[in-house]
Amino acid sequence: MNDLERSKWFNWLDERFNLKPLVEFMRHKEVPVHRYSVWYYMGGVTLFLFVIQVFSGILLLFYYQPGVDSAYESVRFLMTKVEFGWLFRSIHSWSANLMVFFIFVHMFSTFFTGSYRKPRELTWISGFILLALALGFGFSGYLLPWNELAFFATKVGTDIVGAVPLVGDMIRTVLRGGEDVTGGTLLRFYAFHVAMLPAIFTVVLAVHLLLIQRQGMHEPESVSAAGTQVKKTMPFFPNFFLRDALLWMVVLNILLYLAVFFPWELGEKADAFVPAPAGIRPEWYFMFMFQTLKLLPAHVLFIEGEVLGILFFILIAAAWLTVPFWETKINRNIRPRPMTVIGIAAIIFIIVMTVLGYVL
Amino acid sequence: MATRRKFLNYVLTGGIIGWLGTVLYPVISYLKPPPLAEANVNSVKAGALADLAVNSSKIVKFGRKPVILIRTEQNDLRAFAATCTHLDCIVQFRPDTEQIWCACHNGIYDLKGRNVSGPPPRPLDEFSVNIIDDEIVIAQESEKG
Amino acid sequence: MSIHKRIILVMNTGFFKPEIFIIPVLVFASQLLLAEEKTDVSDVNYCYSCHAELEILPDAMHPEDIHLQKGLSCAGCHGGDPLQEDMEMAKARSAGFRGVPSKKDIPEFCGKCHSEIKLMRTYQPRIPTDQVAQYYTSVHGQKLKQGDRKVADCTNCHTSHAILSAKDTRSSVHPLNVPATCDHCHGDSEYMEPYGIPTDQYDSYASSVHGVALLENQDTGSPACNDCHGNHGAMPPGVTSIAHVCGICHVNNMQYFSGSKMGRAFEEQQLHACEECHGNHKVAKTSDNMLGTNAASVCVDCHSEGDAGYRAAIELQTELDTLVSAYKLAQDKFDYVRRIGMDDVELGFLLQDAKQSLIKARTLIHTFDPEQVGEMSKEGQTHAVAAINLAETQIHEYSVRRTGFGVATIFITILIVAIFFKIREIDKK
Repeated sequence: MNDLERSKWFNWLDERFNLKPLVEFMRHKEVPVHRYSVWYYMGGVTLFLFVIQVFSGILLLFYYQPGVDSAYESVRFLMTKVEFGWLFRSIHSWSANLMVFFIFVHMFSTFFTGSYRKPRELTWISGFILLALALGFGFSGYLLPWNELAFFATKVGTDIVGAVPLVGDMIRTVLRGGEDVTGGTLLRFYAFHVAMLPAIFTVVLAVHLLLIQRQGMHEPESVSAAGTQVKKTMPFFPNFFLRDALLWMVVLNILLYLAVFFPWELGEKADAFVPAPAGIRPEWYFMFMFQTLKLLPAHVLFIEGEVLGILFFILIAAAWLTVPFWETKINRNIRPRPMTVIGIAAIIFIIVMTVLGYVL
Repeated sequence: MATRRKFLNYVLTGGIIGWLGTVLYPVISYLKPPPLAEANVNSVKAGALADLAVNSSKIVKFGRKPVILIRTEQNDLRAFAATCTHLDCIVQFRPDTEQIWCACHNGIYDLKGRNVSGPPPRPLDEFSVNIIDDEIVIAQESEKG
Repeated sequence: MSIHKRIILVMNTGFFKPEIFIIPVLVFASQLLLAEEKTDVSDVNYCYSCHAELEILPDAMHPEDIHLQKGLSCAGCHGGDPLQEDMEMAKARSAGFRGVPSKKDIPEFCGKCHSEIKLMRTYQPRIPTDQVAQYYTSVHGQKLKQGDRKVADCTNCHTSHAILSAKDTRSSVHPLNVPATCDHCHGDSEYMEPYGIPTDQYDSYASSVHGVALLENQDTGSPACNDCHGNHGAMPPGVTSIAHVCGICHVNNMQYFSGSKMGRAFEEQQLHACEECHGNHKVAKTSDNMLGTNAASVCVDCHSEGDAGYRAAIELQTELDTLVSAYKLAQDKFDYVRRIGMDDVELGFLLQDAKQSLIKARTLIHTFDPEQVGEMSKEGQTHAVAAINLAETQIHEYSVRRTGFGVATIFITILIVAIFFKIREIDKK
């Protein structure tokens, strides 16, 4: 870019760090343009929402105080006495949900376009790890305001984890910091949420992004099969990037709308001695798993229903994680395509179970 | 064409700056500490010692609860939950009888918060009172052991 | 003759000679003290063991009966010799056996010990010993003296063999059980027929504020029958004393009423103070509608249009209603602020102050002075208005947020549009 080369600042940096090759690389980054291109934006939106999370989360750190006597009060304080405190809290809560939503969208779009195939297996795996970490963020963050619903949702959630055979009890004890959900649990979840998970997430995210940079965007086979004349591309900088920025601004506006018109509730302070209130449920992104477990009978043959459910999900997760490796064995010429069927079945299962969780 | 392009660049730059403003204004306002520095409701300042006469009292807000702060005839400082344990009326200090009195049903507590007469079934919860730099500070009674 | 028989004899014959009575009583008392060390009463008490064997113990003989616990054997009240196995000898007149006392004799029977402080204080230093004297001032006592066999004597309320301390929740005279004990006779219309007094007191009381508090909420701070009527000297409170009785708890109401014009007028006309407006047993939860001149008003029972009282009734209601509506408005706003998630702590305190003023204003009604009530009403209104203003600020702040959002949207939209055109421009290149 001529503008860039003429810039004083760029030259100052380039003299010291030899940025020109990097700039060249960036300049030649091309993004395929085809009917499925719109899905390329999903990862970027997720990234944007993550950045918002970090940003708003750091701001919340200035006033949030973990601890049974101070967590709820500090969130109250933040929402009522701190200028724009209500805004950042609601942004953080809404952005968390939107981020998980877009992770699912991004994940399924890469699934349906077969982007996990060689040579991008590791990108898929690192992405799956990011999904798990994001769910961990959601689960740990949910407890931090220390309100009634969060307290009991955590209790139920960690109970389910405890049902995993062999290691379940140990995992549950480590998560809870003891036998029950207590102030110790709160402190642990705080440590997970603001230190451990962000560190791991950043590293895995960096790997994920690096892999994409190195390999470029994947083209769905139907497009690459069409021939070079029909294929179009656009430069990443500035064309695709500006489109990214545009979409991000729209997402930001939607986020602000949600934060202002549907502010996040404070709830009632958690009290371990009060019976569980009606309507405890996990956040919507756990709902489908929760509802599946609820629908299973107490015992199936000699196995406890809950254990069976958990094993089922562990199996599914393992299968999903290793998709790039076993998918190669499937005949892609059958119609309807088996992978598409699997993907659609998964989506329908998730949606139906989530809806049932709220309706039943 | 060039002017249109320049115009667009100006608008874009202006837009970015405006956008930065809408982002930074809330952030900076947020970071400026509010008048009450922290959420702590474990202690509360109750004014200067000199402002509370001997054998008098005042009601202080402790989080959501009212607390009655008493300076006794013997120059002792005591603080109790001000809600009567009978039917939740607000109690008052009686300098004439040197007792805490609830006007609703004539409940009487002594200056240790103990219910000594009338309907109240339980004593008043006591709070600890300290003087820091000539200011009275009321705090939750800490549990020991 | 054994020392026991001698003492019992002397007890019974020396009843009217206190000087002779003192020493034997002291000896007798010391015997009782010694008796306390023995854990099994039936060991030294053939009365008990025989009657138990024959299964002819008195009905409702409670093992924790206080006399039994303190080592007072059957003979202690009924006479006879507990150490005699042979019934004839145990129940001999010479052994001082008195059997079951006649109804008329019961107060004295119990008073034998219970009116003697020198005896009773060995068991309970501060116990009162005026019960019998008080009893004879009561309606029950007076009628008993005249030979009435239906009125309550000691055993009707305290039972004879299941006497428990009034502090014991199982006792028939524990505050929570007192209404039922009194109702046993006073609620039986057939039984009470000769006396011509109502028999609906328990039902009235049970539905009253005091009854609900005591019987449903177990609030022993609420009065039972004896708190207003007295224990042993039970009488309906006299006309002048009703205010004093209610005033034991409702201090301010009594003081205001006594000092008011109404109070003096009531006294002159021999009206029943608090009872006239609030009832006696069926004291209902008060309502602001008791004022004014509407259907539920008590003022119009005496006052009619044109007199000063009628005007005052209207004024009093107006003053109160103004405060009540201000308070209700403040409360509605408070609820709304809470719901939308804005800061309600300071609001809560202002509302509490307004509530205090409202309670005081309602108490000041008993001065029947519209000026005083008006002053308190204004004070309350100041608090309520402060609360309403603060609530409005919070609600306004809430809407300011939406405006802020609008502004932010405008800036973002400008940027979006600018980017859009920039994209178009760059794409063309």
